[in-house]
Amino acid sequence: MLHKFHGGVHPPEHKAESNSLPIGAAPLPRRLVVPLRQHIGAPARPVVEVGDRVLKGQMIGAADGFVSAAVHAPTSGIVSAVDLHAVPHPSGLPDLCITIDADGEERWIERQPLDYLAADRDAVRARLRDFGVVGLGGAVFPTSIKLDPGALRIGTLVLNGAECEPWITSDDRLMRERAAEIVEGVKIMAHLVQPERVLIGIEDNKPEAVTAMRAACSGTNFEVVAVPAQYPGGGEKQLIQVLTGKEVPSGGRPANIGVLCANAGTAYTVHRAVNHGEPVISRIVTVTGNVEKPQNFEVLIGTPLSEMVQLAGGAKAGTSHYIVGGPMMGFDLNNLAVPVAKAVNCVIAASPALFPPKPAAVPCIRCGQCAEVCPASLQPMELFWFSQSRNFDKARAYNLFDCIECGCCSYVCPSHIPLVSYYRFAKSEIAAQEREKKAAEQAKARFEFKQLREEREKAEKAARFAEKAAAAKAAAGEGDDPAAAAKKAAIQAAVERAKAKKAEAAAQAGQCDVTPIAAVETPAESLSPCPLPPTGEGDLESLRDGSLNTTEPP
Amino acid sequence: MSSPHVLTPGSSVSRIMLTVLAALVPAIAAYVYFFGPAILISLTLASITALAAEAAVLRLRDYPVKHFLFDGSALLTAWLLALSIPPLAPWWLIVVGTAFAVIVAKHLYGGLGNNLFNPAMAGFAVLMISFPSFMTHWPAPLALAQHTVGFGDALRYYFSGGLPGARLDAVTMATPLDTLKTQLSLQHTMDEVKRMPIFGSFGGKGTETVAAMYLLGGLFLLRKRIITWHTPVSFLVALIAVSAFFNSIDASRYATPLFHLFTGGALLGAFFIATDYVTAPVTPRGKLIFGTGVGVLEYLIRVFGGYPDGIAFSVLIMNAAVPLIDAYTQPRVYGHNTGKTP
Repeated sequence: MLHKFHGGVHPPEHKAESNSLPIGAAPLPRRLVVPLRQHIGAPARPVVEVGDRVLKGQMIGAADGFVSAAVHAPTSGIVSAVDLHAVPHPSGLPDLCITIDADGEERWIERQPLDYLAADRDAVRARLRDFGVVGLGGAVFPTSIKLDPGALRIGTLVLNGAECEPWITSDDRLMRERAAEIVEGVKIMAHLVQPERVLIGIEDNKPEAVTAMRAACSGTNFEVVAVPAQYPGGGEKQLIQVLTGKEVPSGGRPANIGVLCANAGTAYTVHRAVNHGEPVISRIVTVTGNVEKPQNFEVLIGTPLSEMVQLAGGAKAGTSHYIVGGPMMGFDLNNLAVPVAKAVNCVIAASPALFPPKPAAVPCIRCGQCAEVCPASLQPMELFWFSQSRNFDKARAYNLFDCIECGCCSYVCPSHIPLVSYYRFAKSEIAAQEREKKAAEQAKARFEFKQLREEREKAEKAARFAEKAAAAKAAAGEGDDPAAAAKKAAIQAAVERAKAKKAEAAAQAGQCDVTPIAAVETPAESLSPCPLPPTGEGDLESLRDGSLNTTEPP
Repeated sequence: MSSPHVLTPGSSVSRIMLTVLAALVPAIAAYVYFFGPAILISLTLASITALAAEAAVLRLRDYPVKHFLFDGSALLTAWLLALSIPPLAPWWLIVVGTAFAVIVAKHLYGGLGNNLFNPAMAGFAVLMISFPSFMTHWPAPLALAQHTVGFGDALRYYFSGGLPGARLDAVTMATPLDTLKTQLSLQHTMDEVKRMPIFGSFGGKGTETVAAMYLLGGLFLLRKRIITWHTPVSFLVALIAVSAFFNSIDASRYATPLFHLFTGGALLGAFFIATDYVTAPVTPRGKLIFGTGVGVLEYLIRVFGGYPDGIAFSVLIMNAAVPLIDAYTQPRVYGHNTGKTP
């Protein structure tokens, strides 16, 4: 039985433009730029240098830290640069990339399949990690970690083939054309987490994909479920709710309710990595919108987006900019000189005709349409109010961090308020505040420890001094009569007591002296522009392995 | 620009306001049919006043006048007020009421989206308290009037205060609600009162049809998803429940639920006034509480209070409670209180 999630919208689908043609092959680009940060967590650590000759599939960036994944050379050639390069990211900031000049020979590394049924499960996970397998639904969370639920029992493995964003058809085509390979990947995932059942959720606007996947699942106990097409039905939390009726607890992960959710494209790469020994060096990307021949292409990671637009016949007249991802959650791009990364599932050439400029915003009239469509059952108009007035505590109290930034509220807002931008702003402000608070706490702890240490050293000094004095006295008093010695010892003890008291007082006075310095020191520490690196186990809790991008305070 | 990159085609504040205005048209047509064209004059005066006041305040506040003036919100306030007060009145009555609604109740509280009280009802309250005598002269249904007030007569009355060939008393009378209250206080029984010509088949003559048109317009708004069912249904259920309770105690002194439903501002209030986005709760449970409160207060004021109808005051009283209602009726958020801890 299917359940429902709250709200949702039905934007025009625009799937037909690109889903009729098969996945096209792309010619080998002359130069490939591979970003080292293509996943959530720590960026990969470069393991090649400029001038190195690399083979297709060779690891060029190693997973660094617990939450990380490796990246690989998409083709054989020579490393020509390891430097900052423009990447497809909403911030528009450059990031560390490895540039490879292709030699055109496409010489592979030695590809070793892994017999996952015979291998240790941790060895399979290590393979996924070293072969750069990450969630291709959008969140790019390292799959090796997701498939390691630890003590949590996984009852249901959900394969997400919903693809609810308009315009995007890459999963649709993949499921139609390579269903058997996806199912092989699901088998590997199921082997790793041993679920009681496997559900494959596909929106009912993709009947061909449903049919193909059903056929590929015959002989398995995997169940293909056609779910109603409604945005954001492909959101991890929403798909889980539709298929199981269960809600992922706020701040938790699906594994907390015994569910694991992975994207169809991810399953395909799992199969390629384990059964064929091929790391993730390519993906299916939809090139659509205002282009001559919208189509899906299998392109190498690192291919410039400009070449992909050329594959689709080039942009038509009137193209104003490009959207990476779907129109509901994707981001704008003015520069096509960025490479395809693992998270890039779609490039849309936008024109004013297809994406009319947004009218100027007017005040919120509290019509409540945003609340009606919010899949998290939030009150977006209140969150907007609190974010706008920088009342961040209130925004938090109204569960700002349960917002998945799906954009439904903005989509229906009759006042044309860019609501999601306000939530992103509030989230980042809160995150910055948290960082400052954490830094201040650390500075305080450091100061207190320093004080403690100084006091201890002072006390130790005093004790050593007293000991020495006593020894000297004892040496000097040798030969005296015992009564005099006893008297001397009593005097010495009294002097020592007085000294100890003095030292204590001095320590306290010292504390008073130091405080103003600390007061100056603390804000200086807290304003440190260097953010704490998001690595280590502790931060894993704060990362969401959802297929929708979410931001959370550290 | 950030995501989403698409918006619902055609959705806008002005479209919402225009849809609500359109939903009022059948009732206005019925109004003209049963009571003559005077209402058109007060609607026009109110509209002009509202737009002028809105433009002036927007300019004073340094807002882009063109961007806001035609969002339809000022017009809607004007129409609701004009439909709430007697259509035969000196010109300045509706002008004062509308200007107060737009300038004080709307803009001094922060303008569109920020006002605590329903502007139209605030304007109505000011007129009711300041000029009560003008607020009771309702035009008699044309079928009952001794003299037919045409468009020219009405216009002349508006600006000169005189009616050629007739006194105001001859063309106006108390509303059915007011009549019922007065007659019952004179120890007449319900049956005697209801036989008076002003009463129609279940409400007042003419007014029951106008009320039915408000119902029709309200259903249109529900269908267009401009309003949700919560407020009108809870409002009407509360009104029916309270009136049925008193009616069952003493039918000779308390009118039937049907009568209460189709007289006064009940249906106008339920679908067009209590549903005002800005001044009503936004949570579903909040809307139920709000609607129930307005419905109960409406009955208590019109039956036991000093005013012939209670819609304005019941709405204003409940408006004051809206921030509190919203704060205490927040819906359960996804992933909260699921019985599992993360």
